[in-house]
Amino acid sequence: MTKSGLIEKVSEKVKNFTKRDVEIIVDTIFDSMTNSLVKGDKIEIRGLGSFKVKEHKARKGRNPKTGESIDIPTKKTPFFKVGKEFKERVNG
Amino acid sequence: MTKADIVEHIFEKVGFSKKDVTEVVELVFETIKETAEGGDNVKISGFGNFMVRQKRARRGRNPQTGADLTITARKVLTFKPSQLLKEAVNTKK
Repeated sequence: MTKSGLIEKVSEKVKNFTKRDVEIIVDTIFDSMTNSLVKGDKIEIRGLGSFKVKEHKARKGRNPKTGESIDIPTKKTPFFKVGKEFKERVNG
Repeated sequence: MTKADIVEHIFEKVGFSKKDVTEVVELVFETIKETAEGGDNVKISGFGNFMVRQKRARRGRNPQTGADLTITARKVLTFKPSQLLKEAVNTKK
């Protein structure tokens, strides 16, 4: 399912909003989540899980082909920890 | 950030009633869960993909007692962040 499929599904279930309204809401949800992660904040959605940014320290790496030593800079990665309810439902 | 903060952002941006917005936000997350529960992946372009992965049964060990045990086959949910999200969290503010 894609974002447009999600918007479609949610639109079918609500009365007070047009599909366009739902689209704006869905876009705003993921925009504000992205902004929160960019700021380094943690996101906690009850029943779904939590998102945070993990920082990987700079380290020395090696080019496997040439054996040359290279510096790998500090890197941040978005990380999602699935919540208990969601985890159990997927495996149900 | 929690669901309440997300609702607040939407309210500030578009001004629908908070009660109605809360209902839609709940439905969005519920629909993601329902879809994954049915075994389908959910792809949010620009954000990331929620993917259901089938894990086979494997041998494991209780790290506390050292006893052998079988880890049963299961489905797990993983999130793969989009390239855009990965780049966004790495930009300097």
